[in-house]
Amino acid sequence: MNSCLPRTLSGIVYTGVIVVLALMPVFVQLSGQIFYLDIFSRIMILAIAALSLNLLIGYGGMISLGHAAFLGIGAYCVGIPVYYEIYNGWIHLALAIVACGVFALVTGAISLRTKGVYFIMITLAFAQMVYFTFVSLEEYGGDDGLVIELRSEFGSWLDLEDNIALYYTIFGVLLLSLFFVHRLVHARFGRVILGSKFNERRMQSLGFETYRYRLVCYVISGIMCGIAGLFLGNFTSFISPEMMDWTRSGELIFMVILGGTGVLFGPVVGAGVFILLEVWLPQIITFINGLGLGAKLPHELWHLIFGVTLIAVVLFGRGGIHGLLTRKKRP
Amino acid sequence: MLDILNLEKQFGGIKAVDNVNLHVKEHEIHAIIGPNGAGKTTLISQVAGELMPDAGQIRFMGRDITFMRPAQRARKGLARSFQITSVMLPMTLLENVSMAVQSRKGHSFRFWHAAANDRELIDEAVMALDAVGLSNRANRVAKEVSHGEHRQLEIAMAIAMEPRLLLLDEPMAGMGQEESMELVAVLNEIKKHKTILLIEHDMDAVFSLADQISVLVYGKIIATGGKDEIRANPEVQQAYLGES
Repeated sequence: MNSCLPRTLSGIVYTGVIVVLALMPVFVQLSGQIFYLDIFSRIMILAIAALSLNLLIGYGGMISLGHAAFLGIGAYCVGIPVYYEIYNGWIHLALAIVACGVFALVTGAISLRTKGVYFIMITLAFAQMVYFTFVSLEEYGGDDGLVIELRSEFGSWLDLEDNIALYYTIFGVLLLSLFFVHRLVHARFGRVILGSKFNERRMQSLGFETYRYRLVCYVISGIMCGIAGLFLGNFTSFISPEMMDWTRSGELIFMVILGGTGVLFGPVVGAGVFILLEVWLPQIITFINGLGLGAKLPHELWHLIFGVTLIAVVLFGRGGIHGLLTRKKRP
Repeated sequence: MLDILNLEKQFGGIKAVDNVNLHVKEHEIHAIIGPNGAGKTTLISQVAGELMPDAGQIRFMGRDITFMRPAQRARKGLARSFQITSVMLPMTLLENVSMAVQSRKGHSFRFWHAAANDRELIDEAVMALDAVGLSNRANRVAKEVSHGEHRQLEIAMAIAMEPRLLLLDEPMAGMGQEESMELVAVLNEIKKHKTILLIEHDMDAVFSLADQISVLVYGKIIATGGKDEIRANPEVQQAYLGES
């Protein structure tokens, strides 16, 4: 028991993912496939967002279909200050934390009075309100969006204009987020959140004001997702309300389920597989068509394959990819 | 300690609890018996705060708690067990009982230190498991243990809260003869330093445990008194004891 090496299959895979993420810029440098730096930056940003959503769905049993709103708000907390030529990253960060925290507090206080499908609908409704609010803000580009000309400046020691520096910053934030969620869910607070998911009535009869704990959890999750949004804005250098469209919220849910709900590392794997499939499937179709086998496959076919793959993983790997990795062999 | 005054609860046209008055004194076991559908669980749910009464008052330790939330009552020292086992099934027995201990140790807005290594929680949880004879099952997941052990777990969680008053809703429900006997022994031990309001079907258990017995029939209390008094009461015999 004194070895730190992972011994389970899932442990090995997750350690491998971290190593791959850590070494990706080296691979990109060597192979010249700059494209992959972008892909993996995006994966890590969405992984942080999915991680925050997993806190709600996986640990808290609160299925929010409005989580992309936080992603969007976080991104606009970079976009709008930059529009006014305020480039200080700490200001962006503070804005994102305060804006997402307040938004989560207000909407959470209302949403958490409902349960189940009503909670899903009300979080969706709040997110759509934010979406249309930003669509109607002509000053900030309306639904055309806003170009971020310069990325956040956190000081002379960190130049986010450098894509590799941005990559490692996101990587660092992802590791911090993983560590933070790990501590959180194992602490007394996490126990209460988990207990309320399993049996809220019993938790109340034990003396826990479950509503308050859930609200705090909702706020923490919103802020985390807002920070992911801040990096999304910096990364894409272009933001638009489309970032917080409800389909984005749906994708985040899918990443969580794909990786395995209530599993610390699940959202990272979920986000990775989701994005890589999105990138690779069209390439595979183009490749097959290129072989000249006669009949050409329609390019849009990849959507179908994508959907079927996702459904298959969810259906057969109960507990998502984590479920597949930890499944015990039948005797 | 607990005073229920003129309590009423109506569901549709049926008075489930009809002008009930009940007084539980410190360090006694007060049992409520009555046929099925007499309103026993409705009554205990109102004491625990899950149901709001239509009229009347509930006083606990001299304070009016009629409109308090269940969690508030629990923190005031009112613990309940459930007739139908209600625990956190995917958690271990130790974790379940630790939650009860944790609730007593102030707020849980503690985000950093792992609760699983928290001696403050574990030691007392183990003691509570020990008291009901479950300490050798502490690390089993609640989903996987037997019905009898679920019933014991319910009691362990209730006593781990170190309540002033225990509300036990049919703790023996669905138990075999032997298991019931064991639980009676456990409750006899607890009784030495706790006040208990007990709802129970098992007459042997009631008569061997209770100091005071109230008989509830169609939402009304038709008699309250000591064991002999209740046994001798003709109304009770006719309404309840005589049938069985």
